[in-house]
Amino acid sequence: MNLESFILGVIASSLRVATPLIYGTLGELFCERAGVLNLGIEGTMFMGAFSGFAIAYFTGSAELGILGALLIGALSGLLMGFFSVKLGVNQHVSGLGITLLLTGLSLFLSRVVFPEFRVLPSIENIPPWNPFGKLPWLGQIFQQYWLTYLLILILPFVWLLLFRTNFGLNIRAVGENPEAADGAGVNVYQTRYFALAIGGSLMAVGGAFLSVAQLGAFSPGIIAGRGWVCIALIIFANWRPLGVLWGGLLFGGVFALELRLQTIGLKLPYETFLALPYIVTIIALAFAGRRVTGPAAVLKPYKRE
Amino acid sequence: MKFKFRIERTPSPLWMIALLPVFAVVITFIISMLILQIAKANPFEAFYYILISPLSSRTSALEVLVKATPLILTSSAVTLAFASGYWNIGAEGQFFAGAITAAFLGTQVGGLPSYLAIPTMFVGAFIAGMIWAFIPAWLKVKMNVDEVVTTLLMNYVILFFLSFLLNGPWRDPVSGWPQSPTIADSAVLPKLLERSRLHLGFIVAILAIIFVWFILSRTSLGLRMRAVGRGKDAARFMGVNIGQTLFLTALISGGIAGLAGVTEVAGIHFHITDAISDGFGYTGIIGATLGNLNPFGAGLAAIFLGLIATGAQSVSRSMNLPVYLGNVVQALLLLVTLSIILMRNYSIKRVT
Repeated sequence: MNLESFILGVIASSLRVATPLIYGTLGELFCERAGVLNLGIEGTMFMGAFSGFAIAYFTGSAELGILGALLIGALSGLLMGFFSVKLGVNQHVSGLGITLLLTGLSLFLSRVVFPEFRVLPSIENIPPWNPFGKLPWLGQIFQQYWLTYLLILILPFVWLLLFRTNFGLNIRAVGENPEAADGAGVNVYQTRYFALAIGGSLMAVGGAFLSVAQLGAFSPGIIAGRGWVCIALIIFANWRPLGVLWGGLLFGGVFALELRLQTIGLKLPYETFLALPYIVTIIALAFAGRRVTGPAAVLKPYKRE
Repeated sequence: MKFKFRIERTPSPLWMIALLPVFAVVITFIISMLILQIAKANPFEAFYYILISPLSSRTSALEVLVKATPLILTSSAVTLAFASGYWNIGAEGQFFAGAITAAFLGTQVGGLPSYLAIPTMFVGAFIAGMIWAFIPAWLKVKMNVDEVVTTLLMNYVILFFLSFLLNGPWRDPVSGWPQSPTIADSAVLPKLLERSRLHLGFIVAILAIIFVWFILSRTSLGLRMRAVGRGKDAARFMGVNIGQTLFLTALISGGIAGLAGVTEVAGIHFHITDAISDGFGYTGIIGATLGNLNPFGAGLAAIFLGLIATGAQSVSRSMNLPVYLGNVVQALLLLVTLSIILMRNYSIKRVT
């Protein structure tokens, strides 16, 4: 294998691997910017992967699968809202509870819906799209799924929404200082619910990308901690959309390099490469940890007096 | 005659608080009914197999305690951490650290008598759990890195380490199964009762509850821990060394979670596979929360969670429902309890 095709291969798979991470982290961005740490992310991505797959299997339409996952993700966000906004209970525990519930529910339903399969069936996944044809380099890199290309639109849209609209200003206000926002006439509860619903749907689409687009299959190990990597990524990204893009690509690169290095056959146990992204995440946090602080109202429930 | 009620923000009467767990269980099962509808199963039959059937015979009732043993340990570990303001979500990884150590030491202590071999494994697993908890604790105290994410990620790292051991040095040379060699006879935890799998690990789990209670409420370290748990700013003002307290909390919590690894390896399976944990570390978070961060409450909650886990197996055998029903019910119980616990602060008054 020559160096050029190796590098192009790593870049192409970085984009692929980064896609679910970027969707998940953008989802978490909405939640945390509005003042809620959503540890339901792992379960929401898992539920998105399962529901997207199941809907695509029974309707025969991958697009409907993605759409269904999006709606279910929004419901998961609203459930997090019920606990963190309406009841104002501990966000760590309620978020983990949602992850445990959605993970268990997905596994339970997968056995109920596909009882006759010992191994879950696979579906015709969404084919990748290659806009550059046989052009050198670009043609080799851009063989991606449409959900990856869609990020080119979503990222600027998220930035505009958060930093150039009233709605985005409200989200950031309730995440920094809900008392002041309330005083200025912002409906804190409603804004947080909206942000959590948007966040949940983005997370679920990230999960559905894996099952519906990339793999065409669902398995219990499909998310494998990617949600927690997103929670780390957002710190790394300093709670900014552009940072999410760079962070996602960097982490995608680490995952992709790990896959490629395995195929070259370096003399290391393959588990070393599998563990590498998690270890790199921890090290990255150690470097990012000191200098960053998130939105001030995260973890603090708001009670209107 | 007309009755009018209103809800007031005053603490509930004691009988109400005592009834809250009952409400929580009832509401959990009402929600579970909806899920069982999807599976086209009779909910009352399913509830019978989950809650009643395990208690209907001596063997299965003792099996509840067997299932509860690792959960009591992880629930105590999480209780200590959460009560002290350290969000240790890594009990799962610390459990695996203890289990790997027990599987290793268990094969090495064949020459020793049981009264030396078994304590060696428990001490080794405690230290291993502490080591696995050390990295997130150090990052938290020295580098100000949020422990929630790092403890979670460490859970995945150790799974890959175990997978490496099972596919490499520990792979069974004859069968090729990814499972570690069987531990020595002297390392096997003795049974407590005839015709039952209940083993010494259950006693260790009970001792762990008492240990956590003792630390939290009878030592000066525990006083500092609870002060940090109530609020870091106030604790700092009182002159508590926050970093040191969090660090010790993390290590002790990790060590206790590591002990659960011994009970499973040396009490039940006698070797380790990558399927040895049914999410014990995460269920420990449920146990600690249901127990209201009280070690004795956590112990009782863990036994109840053990009942659900045993019941899930019996419902799966008898009604051919996926065993994951147990995980769903446990998670629902956590979320319902979180909501219902708020009712402690309210009471219903009749308006006259």
